[in-house]
Amino acid sequence: MIHWVIAPIVLPALLAPFIVLAARYHIGIQRAFSVAGVLALIVIGAGLAWDASDGSVQIYQLGDWAAPYGIILVADSLSTVMVLLTAVLALCVLLYAIGSEWDARGWHFHALFQFQLMGIMGAFLTGDLFNLFVFFEVLLIASYGLMIHSGGTARLQAGVQYVLFNLIGSTLFLFALGSIYAETGTLNMADLAARVALVDPAETVGIRVAAVLLLLVFAIKAALVPLHFWLPSSYAEAPAPVAALFAIMTKVGAYAIIRVYTLIFPPDVEITSGLYDMWLLPAALVSLVIGMTGVLAAKRLDRLVAFSIIGSMAMVMVSISLFTPAGIAAALYYIVHSTLAGAALFLIVDLVRTGRGNVDLTAQPPAAGAALTAALFFAAAIAMAGLPPLSGFLGKLLVLNAAFDSDMMVWVWVIVLSSSLISILGFARAGSVLFWKAHGVAPGAEDLVMPRPATLSYVAVGGLLGLLALHTVFAGQVHGYTTRIATGLFAPAPYMEAVLGTPGKLSTPNEEAH
Amino acid sequence: MSLFIIVALPFLGALLPGLMNAAGRAACAGVTFTVSLFAFVGLLTNLPSVLAGEVVMARVDWMPVLGLNFTLMLDGLGFFFALLILGIGLLIIAYARHYLSRDDNMGQFFTYLLLFQGAMVGIVLSDNILLLLIFWELTSLSSFLLIGYWKHLPEGRQGARMALTVTGLGGLAMIGGMLILGQIVGSYDLSVILQNRELIQADPLYVPALILILLGAFTKSAQFPFHFWLPHAMAAPTPVSAYLHSATMVKAGIFLMARMWPVLSGTPEWFVIVTTAGLVTMVVGSVISLFKHDLKALLAFSTVSQLGLITMMLGTGTAYGAMVAVFHILNHATFKAALFMSSGIIDHEAHTRDIRRLGGLRTLMPITFVIATLSALSLAGIPLLNGYLSKEMMLKEATKTVLFATPWLVPVLATVGSLFSAAYCFRLIGHTFLGPVRDDYPSKPHDPPSGLWLPPAILVVLVVAIGVAPFLAEPFVKLVTASVLGEAGEVYKGQIKIWPGLIPALFMSVAAIVGGLILMALFNPALRLWDAAPRPEAKVIFDGIVEAAATLAQKTVLPLHNGAFSRYAAIGSIAIIGAGFHAWSTGTIGPASREMQAVDPVAVAGWGMLVAATCGLVFLHRNRLLSLILIGIAGLMVSIGFVFFSAPDLAMTQFTVEVVTIILLLLALNFLPKHTPIESSVLRRVRDGAVAVAGGVATFVLSFHFLLRDAVSTPISEFHLANSYKGGGGTNVVNVILVDFRGFDTYGEIIVLGIAALLIYALTETLLSGPVRARLLNRKPDQARAGDMHPMMMVVVTRVIMPVVMMVGFYIFLRGHNEPGGGFIAGLVVSIGVVMQYMASGFSWASARLKYPYHGVIGAGVLVAGLTGIGSWFVGKPFLTSDFTYVRIPPFEKFELATAALFDVGVFLAVVGAVMLSLESFSRLARRAHEPETEHPMDIDPSRDAEDVKGVV
Amino acid sequence: MELLVASAIGIMTAAGLYLVLRLRTFPVILGISLLTYAVNVFLFASGRLATGASPVLRDDVSVYTDPLPQALVLTAIVISFGMTAVVVMIGLGAFLGSDDDHVDDQPEGTGGAS
Repeated sequence: MIHWVIAPIVLPALLAPFIVLAARYHIGIQRAFSVAGVLALIVIGAGLAWDASDGSVQIYQLGDWAAPYGIILVADSLSTVMVLLTAVLALCVLLYAIGSEWDARGWHFHALFQFQLMGIMGAFLTGDLFNLFVFFEVLLIASYGLMIHSGGTARLQAGVQYVLFNLIGSTLFLFALGSIYAETGTLNMADLAARVALVDPAETVGIRVAAVLLLLVFAIKAALVPLHFWLPSSYAEAPAPVAALFAIMTKVGAYAIIRVYTLIFPPDVEITSGLYDMWLLPAALVSLVIGMTGVLAAKRLDRLVAFSIIGSMAMVMVSISLFTPAGIAAALYYIVHSTLAGAALFLIVDLVRTGRGNVDLTAQPPAAGAALTAALFFAAAIAMAGLPPLSGFLGKLLVLNAAFDSDMMVWVWVIVLSSSLISILGFARAGSVLFWKAHGVAPGAEDLVMPRPATLSYVAVGGLLGLLALHTVFAGQVHGYTTRIATGLFAPAPYMEAVLGTPGKLSTPNEEAH
Repeated sequence: MSLFIIVALPFLGALLPGLMNAAGRAACAGVTFTVSLFAFVGLLTNLPSVLAGEVVMARVDWMPVLGLNFTLMLDGLGFFFALLILGIGLLIIAYARHYLSRDDNMGQFFTYLLLFQGAMVGIVLSDNILLLLIFWELTSLSSFLLIGYWKHLPEGRQGARMALTVTGLGGLAMIGGMLILGQIVGSYDLSVILQNRELIQADPLYVPALILILLGAFTKSAQFPFHFWLPHAMAAPTPVSAYLHSATMVKAGIFLMARMWPVLSGTPEWFVIVTTAGLVTMVVGSVISLFKHDLKALLAFSTVSQLGLITMMLGTGTAYGAMVAVFHILNHATFKAALFMSSGIIDHEAHTRDIRRLGGLRTLMPITFVIATLSALSLAGIPLLNGYLSKEMMLKEATKTVLFATPWLVPVLATVGSLFSAAYCFRLIGHTFLGPVRDDYPSKPHDPPSGLWLPPAILVVLVVAIGVAPFLAEPFVKLVTASVLGEAGEVYKGQIKIWPGLIPALFMSVAAIVGGLILMALFNPALRLWDAAPRPEAKVIFDGIVEAAATLAQKTVLPLHNGAFSRYAAIGSIAIIGAGFHAWSTGTIGPASREMQAVDPVAVAGWGMLVAATCGLVFLHRNRLLSLILIGIAGLMVSIGFVFFSAPDLAMTQFTVEVVTIILLLLALNFLPKHTPIESSVLRRVRDGAVAVAGGVATFVLSFHFLLRDAVSTPISEFHLANSYKGGGGTNVVNVILVDFRGFDTYGEIIVLGIAALLIYALTETLLSGPVRARLLNRKPDQARAGDMHPMMMVVVTRVIMPVVMMVGFYIFLRGHNEPGGGFIAGLVVSIGVVMQYMASGFSWASARLKYPYHGVIGAGVLVAGLTGIGSWFVGKPFLTSDFTYVRIPPFEKFELATAALFDVGVFLAVVGAVMLSLESFSRLARRAHEPETEHPMDIDPSRDAEDVKGVV
Repeated sequence: MELLVASAIGIMTAAGLYLVLRLRTFPVILGISLLTYAVNVFLFASGRLATGASPVLRDDVSVYTDPLPQALVLTAIVISFGMTAVVVMIGLGAFLGSDDDHVDDQPEGTGGAS
């Protein structure tokens, strides 16, 4: 019996209370354990990804109960990739938090951080819808804690809105789950996929509403217009490392959509057809416009980055909502890119803040360590705006290429291309005001001298950008792999077999034969 | 040398100058020069095979699925451009080393320059058009950095942004064009694409592809109407202007048109678009150029006009036109770079580039004079200089070109263009070098050190050599032309002759030169005319557009995201309800499959109270205390409903949670305003009401629908009912599900509780260590306090029932597995018992006697639960696998002791810890806020009072 | 009976939504709690309604109501309790920091006490 599959969940879940119990007052020990835990997660994640890379599906029956009666974890190529991505991102973010001493500006940063990781990992690994809800709640409540870390009225006010909006989302999730169970009598994803086939074509309203409500729940997570309003101020107000970690949280929504709408409600299912194809892609395109326009409009750097997150999530959603293997493959490639680039940008925002005391897009005297920060910003902005040579450009090519056969091809191309022009404009303006115009401004007497950001902070950001570079250089291999994942998603037989075909305590698969 | 190395060298070398910066300026320039020299030599090693007409290829797969591969190709055309880029690059580097001043960061400059060089070489050597796109955009980025190199100059910043925006626009358009092209052909490799002329030109997507690609080319090569960015790029240091903005980068667009010539040219669309654009650009550029007073601006517009000339030649679509284009690219690169460098020298020595402040430099800087004059005359088209030859050929081709069915149009305009070109060249010479020596130069001009004049001098040698002996260049030109034409055309057989014979073109160029001299003579009146004439200023228009875009963006996006949560929620709800309705209305509804159950009067009564409380809440919610009572009633009714519908566990949980929640809200309300003011307009309330009703109807319909229908297949809970006792060892199926079948959910859930408590604790700490603390201390209690805050009766009662509560909690916990109850409920009951102590006797008294570290309790709970789960690993079972046995502790009934029960202990601890920690945090806030702190359990204590009396007496 | 439950759900949802759209934190939180009641009952009802059939195994009883939704609702109740506690606390913190319990961000200057 191998327990690696559950390790990414249990490890942080045990580490966090341990940190609270043993190291509540020793930031040093907390840091040591936190980093060690994340390193372990990377190793485990890599191992799982390696096991799954041959397309095999590993399952873990909690309490030894077989699906669909018990809860089940599934480690397939998709979920393991997301787990690995999360762990790697977490390391960079954690290093930054330590380097910038953000973790010492409030209580329980590391405990909450570990819980946050546990929630995200669980959301990626679980094969049970209600359990997905539970992990959503875990990662949300941990994110509330991290978001208001170290307080501040503006942050708390943004926090209230963030929490309230997500509470509405959780309520919606429960409505969706209630509908699903009432309609199908099951909660396991694979079992659902099997039972959706049993729905009587003369009685489809229930499952249709359930499917659409579920999609909306994930759309909230993915910050899809018009359900994106929670994002800008909460990401802008959150502490930088937290905002950077949040770069993966929007992806949880994207992941859930990919999983559920290729496994349970794939496009070719008759009874749930015509549900979202008429509005999902347009909504994604609108998000793209709003996000990139926000980049041009923003008057503060942190808001600018927050909007760029909406924009790049929209790119992912555009690609997903094609619901073709090529589209999903492009989306997965872009997810990795957008996670790393978004995180890097948020950390750079904090470098700027450390250097000059604020992030207003106005000309101010050159800040401490500005040259290096400027270089990092230039690189990250290139990535986010989708300019060569970084992966953003390749991702954009992939998305455009995937959209070529869509009947909305013209719309997708026009909006994707023009919106990236707008974002280039926005980033160029911001950069030249922040880093160039500064040289035209003489330091005033009242400007207090700010400290230069810590080296470890730069290392963390450099690490993220380095990963982006690797993502570019090995784009061929990565995209090849995401293509394999995508084709696998559209042929879920192995997944179903692994989940429903494995016997458990007091049950044998044939009694639940579909 | 491998093409990869040639392309890679500048990129790798780009790191060096930055590092060498400390080592001094000479070292920086030296290492940069060496890097370029290596690349240059490497290129030359491929000369033999190119001369042999072979195509050198190099290929590495990058993204095969997409068709984007690292494929390089070196043929005549590529070689020609690479030669220009690297050759002129060497001269520029030498020149820049002396041009840049001491306080310029030379390492940075050369790093950028090498980045550009690499990108440019990449463009001309790419075989894969997507790869070409990447290098294409890289040139835009590096030119952005180079134009903005002098960060303190606003012109630099604006010019850089303008260039990036315009060329970026073109680049994006080109992405579209290239992708379409690739989709048509089925490959992104030029070597394949160039073989498919018919396929491409027959495709319905040919025209869109053509337009998009031309957008890229025109913006890059500053063709009208995108010409305006180039003059503003002149804010860059002169070496940059000479290199990027006259010799190489602006030729990238030309290169692309030449590269694509075999497959794109020859159609009417191509002919009309490209020829017209070129012609207009040529004329407009030359006219504006004449009236510019800044030497660099004059040269910039001249470059625009010359690029127009080349574009026009490519547009004709004839083999001869192509050859003229190639030849003129070569000539223009030589004399224009030389001119830019000379203007840089003048700027460097005289500290001004304003023609009106110059003049008479002939005697002061003779060398510069010779260099500049020769190259200017070549540009003017004076015989025995290379410019004359290609211009002559251009005019000859022009006479053969018929645009818009008007034969005279192209020849006349071409002559006008050359006339103005001649004029501004004469002006450049006349107003800068001739005339009397002045005494008001900003700085006394003299010839520069050889480092500055040698590079342009070398170019001028070429200018003269080709001009006198065209046959030197001819074979090379024809070789390149051949590789441009591919299979699409035959190279012109005839010779390039200095004396073309008495053909119209000859008279046209004579006319141009003579006319140029006349115009020059009439310059001042012409200038007055020009200044008087109204004309659009491109920069103003561009800035206007950008500003408008930014303002529009701010006007639309920012107000939409101004933090109005209630609007967010409204929009969100409407979207959700709308999508749900759409899903419902497009589905099918069958008949109900379940009977309605008979209504029970008790249920109706409960329903009535619930509805009453809920509606009351809506109308009375402004009174917050009252609304708490009402929501309490609603919750109570819900839990009674659970009892009624046979869910005792739910009822108990709902009830206990209700109690704790209300207490929490009361504690919070202690700080908050007690009343909610009326703020939203009637209209808004109507809107909200409508949304609310819609939502209510939706959930009503949905739940009613499900209640009357069965699931499509037997619910999985059948299995739970069947195996709860066998496999879980408990008869209370709900509890067995919670701690066994779906124990993992419960595990997550207690973690949620734990996190909640941690969060609240952390926030309290932060608040109390921040400015809030002061606020709390100065906070006046907003309500009169009861004289008897801790009534004796209540104290006594709570004290008495405390052990009972504990007992009950223990009992509920133990029976949980078989009867309604369990960890949660037990935990909540116990915490309520403790909370009662708080409420009765005050926070200080209670917490003085409750020394449990709630952190510890929570942590222990979560750990116990987690470790229980892991425990099963040691018997080789998955996480949370349970095992059980039966024991009997009198006086309790026989109960089952399961590992699940241990898990339940964790739940219990976590719940108690979480609830208590949250309450304690609130209490700590309260105690900061002038709560009278008493160590006594009750305010009125007879015994204590008696003693006080004694003391008095 | 079904009608009663369904209408109760509808009414609680409507009331909850209306309160959620108010401008102050406190009523919004109450609204969320109402929504929580509504959705808990909805989730509970997904197991259909049955009286006198508690899912506690008895030798003499053969008909039980669906226990799974009950377990789910129990989880949901406890989670939403945690969430409520958190949002109350954060809201309180925001109020104490600014003397303003508007749920909307106030334009600069007008964010004072009300």
